[in-house]
Amino acid sequence: MSVDAVVVGSGPAGSTVAEALTRAGWTVVIFEKGRNHLLDLSDPTKPARDFSNDEIKFLCRHFLGPDPIVEPRTFRSSPEDGERSHTGEVNSIPSTVGGGGTHADGKVPRLREEDFKLLSLYGPQRDASVADWPLAYEELEPFYTEAEMAIGVAGQAGANPFESFRSAPYPMPPGPPMFGATLSAKAAEALGYHPYPAPTAANSVPYGGRPACNNCGFCAFFGCPIHAKGDPVALLMAAMASGNAKLMPETFVSKILTNGRRATGVEFIGPDGTKRSMEARYVVLAAGAIETPRLLLLSGFDHPLIGRNLMVHFQTIVVGSFPMRLHSERGRAVTHVHDDHILMDRDSRAAAREAGLPWIRGGMVEHSGTSLPIAEAKTYPWGPDHKVQMRESPLRDHLWAFTMQGEDLAQPTNMVDLDPQVRDARGFPVARITYKPHAHEVVASCHHGPRLAEVLKLMGAHWTLVTTTPSCKGALGAGILSPIPQSRHVMGTVRMGENPSASVVDSFGRFHDMDNLVVADSSVFVTSAGYGPTLTLVALASRAAAGLR
Amino acid sequence: MDLGKDAQTMGYWLTEQEYRTLSYALERLIPADEQTPGAIQAGVADYVDMLLGAFCFDPPRIWAKGPTSGRYGGQPAFGEFHELSALDELAWRIRIEGSKGIPEREFNGAVTGLQESYRQGLAALGDDFCEIDAQAQDERLRAHPEFTALLYEHACEGMYGAPEYGGNKDLIGWRSIGFAGDVQPRGWSDNEVTSR
Repeated sequence: MSVDAVVVGSGPAGSTVAEALTRAGWTVVIFEKGRNHLLDLSDPTKPARDFSNDEIKFLCRHFLGPDPIVEPRTFRSSPEDGERSHTGEVNSIPSTVGGGGTHADGKVPRLREEDFKLLSLYGPQRDASVADWPLAYEELEPFYTEAEMAIGVAGQAGANPFESFRSAPYPMPPGPPMFGATLSAKAAEALGYHPYPAPTAANSVPYGGRPACNNCGFCAFFGCPIHAKGDPVALLMAAMASGNAKLMPETFVSKILTNGRRATGVEFIGPDGTKRSMEARYVVLAAGAIETPRLLLLSGFDHPLIGRNLMVHFQTIVVGSFPMRLHSERGRAVTHVHDDHILMDRDSRAAAREAGLPWIRGGMVEHSGTSLPIAEAKTYPWGPDHKVQMRESPLRDHLWAFTMQGEDLAQPTNMVDLDPQVRDARGFPVARITYKPHAHEVVASCHHGPRLAEVLKLMGAHWTLVTTTPSCKGALGAGILSPIPQSRHVMGTVRMGENPSASVVDSFGRFHDMDNLVVADSSVFVTSAGYGPTLTLVALASRAAAGLR
Repeated sequence: MDLGKDAQTMGYWLTEQEYRTLSYALERLIPADEQTPGAIQAGVADYVDMLLGAFCFDPPRIWAKGPTSGRYGGQPAFGEFHELSALDELAWRIRIEGSKGIPEREFNGAVTGLQESYRQGLAALGDDFCEIDAQAQDERLRAHPEFTALLYEHACEGMYGAPEYGGNKDLIGWRSIGFAGDVQPRGWSDNEVTSR
């Protein structure tokens, strides 16, 4: 069997490519190693009835995969740790139809103009591979606009004074602000920051044949039971409705087939365990910044930069406990954000200088609470105090937090490779993550964290605490969380660029030396910026698909 | 302390003796106080027993179905469970039963399952665990920190998770903390989101 394109991965990137190519009349097969819990495949305009407000299923029992027993990953901070220091769950972005889009709470900011040219604007950093992107914001802008229309983004143009140029307003107004966010936004404004409604891919009004969000609160880490979250449901539904796409869940692509000059198809293992192959004119990789380089390495690709420059947002988590109940279980997980800490100012320049760094940048700050009682219960000690704590709820109902998605500099030593020993249940070597933050993000976090704590104090916090994920020496609250990064924002392992010796793919995601093999996911990112990667990777995937047609 | 009629083993996997020890141990982790009930009244031991005995059922009781429980409208779908794929079944059999020397389960070496951890952990707490006083029970729990950490993880899940998994009986866990639980398809109104 031969098709126009095979797409490996059904998340936001793969769904975007599949939608664009099927719209152009191409035949596309989408491979997904996880199960389908997203669409009713007998009528793809409808949700499967599998998602629910169930903390056990989604947070304790790996419903969206990957299950760390059958699909583990390994981790080490550096080769000094030996072959690995941890085996099991490492950065488990979902392995399921819809990929990371199913569990995200749908915050979809754009990057800003300067994010694409850090090297020319600010210069290099020691031990980091800071570089300009091979494309400018202006070239991506039409694809950002198209992406916002396609998945349905609620937001308010002009509300963020630092926002990048937009050629069109958001297709929907913002949803209702959470009670806690109304308080933290007010406090942030009083201290000179500029909070604005978070651009969110959850319907505030009926859109694209999907209903408005009903504020159930089980948003981040949960699949949406009513398809109010549009990413990547909207794109996948459209691809399936075209009649030109075939979705193959529970099917693991084990090898990219080539004739040396061209990709010719893929080899895969279906749900029954048999190995087969499929020929295609184009092979599109959209398995995410960990599984995409893993597949390339499993297939024998040997460009020295494959797997290198892994980036994960360095999250600074600032929590405060408040006298009033904040009922964060109602509404979207995050309704307000602010960008001020991404910009450099006098104080941050001074902090950089003092640390011996040329510059530091923070990241977008999310205003949010916590809502899940099992997760809360596990943070308190057992014994007579347990029920007192749970009733008073300092760490859930009375908690409000900021999470800064700190820009993480690319370092060639931070990487994904194949673990020399650990295997998945199918018998293939698993991805090994070697990762340690650069001084840049630690210094930026130490600078901005206490400033965010001041906002929570003004909001009325009894106490505040600053910590980071990953945790590391020199960071605030070191040792509270693990050295394994918790952010699912993984980027950069198959970087794009103009120079074939300094990059693996071009600005359309095409391999420099094999132009019918395309990477469409966040693996291609050159810098991590201080913003969630989803809308940018959707825009890039859309541009990559346009490059094929 | 009498376990009462609410705390008879459902007999999924644990023996009567193990169930009693487990119930008393869980009650030390999440004890009742003057204001709200503890782990025994919430049936948390049934949550553990249902997990350990998940494969006594078809489909196995791993993931409750959706999209609604019926508590806020919609169909009571949580009472049924998802079919597992072959890969899901392999993962959960390894997690619950352990690898048991079966080559297919030992691709990364031998794995101890939850059943064995519980059988050994409960035995280590002692046959007399239910008869000794609370302070002595706490000492035994502290003497087995690894098992107690596992117990506590499951205690929290059984206390504050959906009742279809065996615990949180009569929504005791959620009611005691004022948590609404799964609210689909009702959700919350915009005013309930934004107002104090």
